[in-house]
Amino acid sequence: MVCRNVGKTWAEGTARAHEALRDIDLDIAPGEFVVLLGPSGCGKSTLLYLIAGLERQTAGSIFAFRDPVEGPSPDRSLIFQETSLFPWLTVWQNVSFGLSIRGAPEAERRAVAREALQRVGLAEAMEKRPDELSGGMRQRVAVARALAMRPKVLLMDEPFAALDVQTRAKMQDFLLDVWRDSGASVLFVTHHIDEAVALADRVVVFTARPGRIKSIIPIDLPRPRDPFSPEAEALRRQLTEELRSEVDRAFAEQEALTPG
Amino acid sequence: MNTDVAGTAVVPRPAPAPSGLSPATRQALARFGWAVLSVGLFAGIWEVLWALGWADEKLLPPPHIFLGNIPDQARFFNTATRWQIGVDANSGPSPYEAVFITIGATGMRVFVGLLIAAVLSVSIGVLIRYVGILEKLVLPTITLLSPVSPIAWLPVAIFIFGIGNAPAIFMVVVALFFHMVLSTISQIDNVNRNFINVARTMGASKRQVYARVIIPAILPQLLIVLRLNLFGAWMVVLVAESTGVGFGLGQVIMMARNTFNPSLVFFTIALIGLLGFLSDWLLRFVQKRVLYWVPETAGVLRGL
Ligand SMILES: Nc1ncnc2c1ncn2[C@@H]1O[C@H](COP(=O)(O)OP(=O)(O)OP(=O)(O)O)[C@@H](O)[C@H]1O
Ligand SMILES: [Mg+2]
Repeated sequence: MVCRNVGKTWAEGTARAHEALRDIDLDIAPGEFVVLLGPSGCGKSTLLYLIAGLERQTAGSIFAFRDPVEGPSPDRSLIFQETSLFPWLTVWQNVSFGLSIRGAPEAERRAVAREALQRVGLAEAMEKRPDELSGGMRQRVAVARALAMRPKVLLMDEPFAALDVQTRAKMQDFLLDVWRDSGASVLFVTHHIDEAVALADRVVVFTARPGRIKSIIPIDLPRPRDPFSPEAEALRRQLTEELRSEVDRAFAEQEALTPG
Repeated sequence: MNTDVAGTAVVPRPAPAPSGLSPATRQALARFGWAVLSVGLFAGIWEVLWALGWADEKLLPPPHIFLGNIPDQARFFNTATRWQIGVDANSGPSPYEAVFITIGATGMRVFVGLLIAAVLSVSIGVLIRYVGILEKLVLPTITLLSPVSPIAWLPVAIFIFGIGNAPAIFMVVVALFFHMVLSTISQIDNVNRNFINVARTMGASKRQVYARVIIPAILPQLLIVLRLNLFGAWMVVLVAESTGVGFGLGQVIMMARNTFNPSLVFFTIALIGLLGFLSDWLLRFVQKRVLYWVPETAGVLRGL
């Protein structure tokens, strides 16, 4: 994945124009795990949408495997911030939705769905409906659905934000396993510094309004990582510092925008 | 009831239903009981007003009078064939058959009209969103015509279709169509963006997005709109029938008015009420079957 000078202005050319991203230059190597970290509203989701091909950038260009991104592709799976399972399908039908789009026979779809659900520890829930699952289980199903597509790039928008700490740690381990097995690149958005340190090859820190890349911090710790090692501690401190100034700035701007 | 409450208080697991009925059956029975009570209360107040002499039985005959002599009332339903040339009042079906023919005719018009309106308006609503040029070409006209009262279409119905079933069905279709097209379009616009985006990232074509995501996503709201319009359909059919478009319950009411027969009016009103209730129940049943994934909110509301 290559982003060159990518910018996005929502509602461009209208009175409500809003610049969400500016001058994003980012290369993601095959098989790399990149985490985007930044204050709320800085355009992280927007960047994922652009890379997924769901929205068009208003400046610069994006390439996937040397081809310019012109629309969505099964090669680039996006897991959304809000759960987005189809309520009218069962869990396994949701997971294999992409295969049914391609017209795969039911036996194959079931097999793929079972395998993907086993990876997220939900093989028991094949026949359930999304309504019958907890929020965390639904997000795991969404991960399984993305995996079932065998994407080359996995775009994840705060997928574990709604999970409790233990489940989240488990999900992170599992995600790293899946990532290693699949060889896909991952672009992972999070608010959590711990999560960034636990997962990333590189952490990209964003500035607020408009979102720009403030710094890119490589994390060379070997995996599996010890979250209590001095190196991890130092990285967390560094990232906290990087972020704090941005969050302060974002809040100051918000207050300036809302007088009184 | 007392033992039931006491029993569940001591043993914290659901005791088997004492009467041997399933909870669902008991719930249905209870609901039916309340419905009977509700109607009974209404009828009771009416009867009391009559007994006190406040409700004049020549104008507002209470239920025991207008329901008391059903064979007598049924005689009037012989309009079933009267509109045909050369048929006199005493020929044709027996009174009871006539009642059923009349009900069947009116009910059939309501349901055929509803069905045509639903299929037509949903297809056109979807097409308008699917084909860009259709929106520009068709939507302004539909928006323009949607506030026109269905009653204004009555002459048109008669001009085009004369008398019989067709104009009454046309009236139902025209009463629901514009409204339902607009409703379908707004439903489509409100489909969760993420649903559509998920399908798109998985390589769904436009056609697949519509067939696999948009249609199932708008179905629940559409069925609710259909149910809300059910009573409108009944109303329009009665108006169409009473103005001489064919025979049916509307025609009976009109005849009752012309011959000053309040008993017959109330008898027919009672029939129409019952039919409206039954058809709503039927549609609700269909709704539950088709929309197996929509949770029932009534339970949540009952907890308030
Ligand atoms: N569809 C849209 N139309 C117009 N503006 C939008 C749209 N989506 C996002 N924005 C704006 O773009 C900016 C960036 O939004 P985005 O959702 O990318 O932030 P984010 O970094 O993901 O925030 P969070 O961490 O809270 O999810 C916000 O100011 C938001 O108001
Ligand atoms: Mg976001």
